[in-house]
Amino acid sequence: MTVQLVTEKGKEKCDPAFTKEVMERSHSHLERCYQCIACSSGCPGAYQMDYPPHQLLRMVQLGLKDRVLDSNTFWICLSCETCATRCPNEIEIVLVMDVLREIALKEGRKGTTKLPLFHATFLNMVKMFGKVYELGLILVYTIFSGNILRLKGLMRDAVLGVKMFMRGKLAILPPKVKGKAQIKRIFQLSSKTG
Amino acid sequence: MAKIKYGYYPGCSLESTAKEYDLSMHVTAKKLDVELVELHDWNCCGASSGHCTNYELSLALPARNLAIAEKAGLNVAVACAACYLRFKQTNHDLKKNDVLRQKIEELIEMPYKGDVEVKHLLEVFAREVGLEEVKKRVKKPLKGLKLAAYYGCYLVRPPDVTQFDNPEQPMLMDNLLAALGAEPVEYTHKVECCGGSLLLGRVDIVQKLVDDICQAALDAGAQAIVTACPLCMANLDTRQPKTKVPIIHFSELTGLALGAEPKQYNVWLKKHINSPVPILKAKGLI
Repeated sequence: MTVQLVTEKGKEKCDPAFTKEVMERSHSHLERCYQCIACSSGCPGAYQMDYPPHQLLRMVQLGLKDRVLDSNTFWICLSCETCATRCPNEIEIVLVMDVLREIALKEGRKGTTKLPLFHATFLNMVKMFGKVYELGLILVYTIFSGNILRLKGLMRDAVLGVKMFMRGKLAILPPKVKGKAQIKRIFQLSSKTG
Repeated sequence: MAKIKYGYYPGCSLESTAKEYDLSMHVTAKKLDVELVELHDWNCCGASSGHCTNYELSLALPARNLAIAEKAGLNVAVACAACYLRFKQTNHDLKKNDVLRQKIEELIEMPYKGDVEVKHLLEVFAREVGLEEVKKRVKKPLKGLKLAAYYGCYLVRPPDVTQFDNPEQPMLMDNLLAALGAEPVEYTHKVECCGGSLLLGRVDIVQKLVDDICQAALDAGAQAIVTACPLCMANLDTRQPKTKVPIIHFSELTGLALGAEPKQYNVWLKKHINSPVPILKAKGLI
């Protein structure tokens, strides 16, 4: 039997298995949330989110999987931990966001932001070099995100880049780690299970 | 006082965008008789991108460093607030789940019992060396300098994991700055987020958050903002849309007050985008 919910968007499918998966993987008692809005009130990214955290939690409770996973909320989330610190019910909201990102990526839903690309580029640097190659990260992300085509932002960052370079703040060569093979193995095995 | 010795984990930024943080950390540690032994062949902790997308990876990357420290018989002192939380979170999660700990040991191909203690260098200087001892060693008090101590997120949150200080009103850095002779100001944004990992991905959000923090510090009469994290430094120093507030690492100010040489601090201070040189000169500190 499919459970449906009548919302302002018409009839939406509820997926209890999704609710259960998020609760189990985030070790969070989501059922405790009584919409006090402490999380959203202190959230520094809420003003840019499709749904502020308290609404997203309610949608996870209801199993509105598609709406949750296609929202930008957990991509915008800064993981600043303000919400989880203030939650009177000790819900690990940041862990919930982490789990939502993992599920979204696994299902190939990359949302409307460029943040999945940023995280992937960052981790690729670590996988390749063992440490973050900052100059490489900036260049690769700027090209592949298409930011290189946005003139205003590009000029701003180019000016900043030159200033940083002149001050010796951007190492030209990538960093080195001897245990590179070990790091690669960690990436390969944890991406299989994680 | 017994010699304080730590395995030093600088983190990736300190080899590049936050070089001055690393240089000043070493000078300051030496002045306070803290021995820092850099962890052998350390790797990136995975930072936000790690825990955002792959839980096991976010534990395994810090665990490799912790296992290296365990093998060397050292506790770890961290310079970056983001690395600090990743390390503490790893210890926290592995301690309560032995199956997970064994799995991570397999991933890193090293044993790790989970007992290495993790401290931020701010804690080492202000708590372990102690404010009284720091005060005794001050050669050049930071007199007349009004500073906003900025803690950001990961030193204080989540409080049950970091156990650093009060999560809403921390005072450790304020107290250190006061011990150095400066005047820490009270302001509203000491634990507000700077935008963290959105540095490149959503510059618009970072600029708004940075602007709010800098305005709050200026409104409280601060002449500079003091950080204990290279990522907070990067966001605050490079993404101010309107203001030009100098941002200084706590280790630079501590080193300066403890009598660092001009040939040392000149190298640090010229690396900032919003230069702290004019205000330090005006106060006769350099």
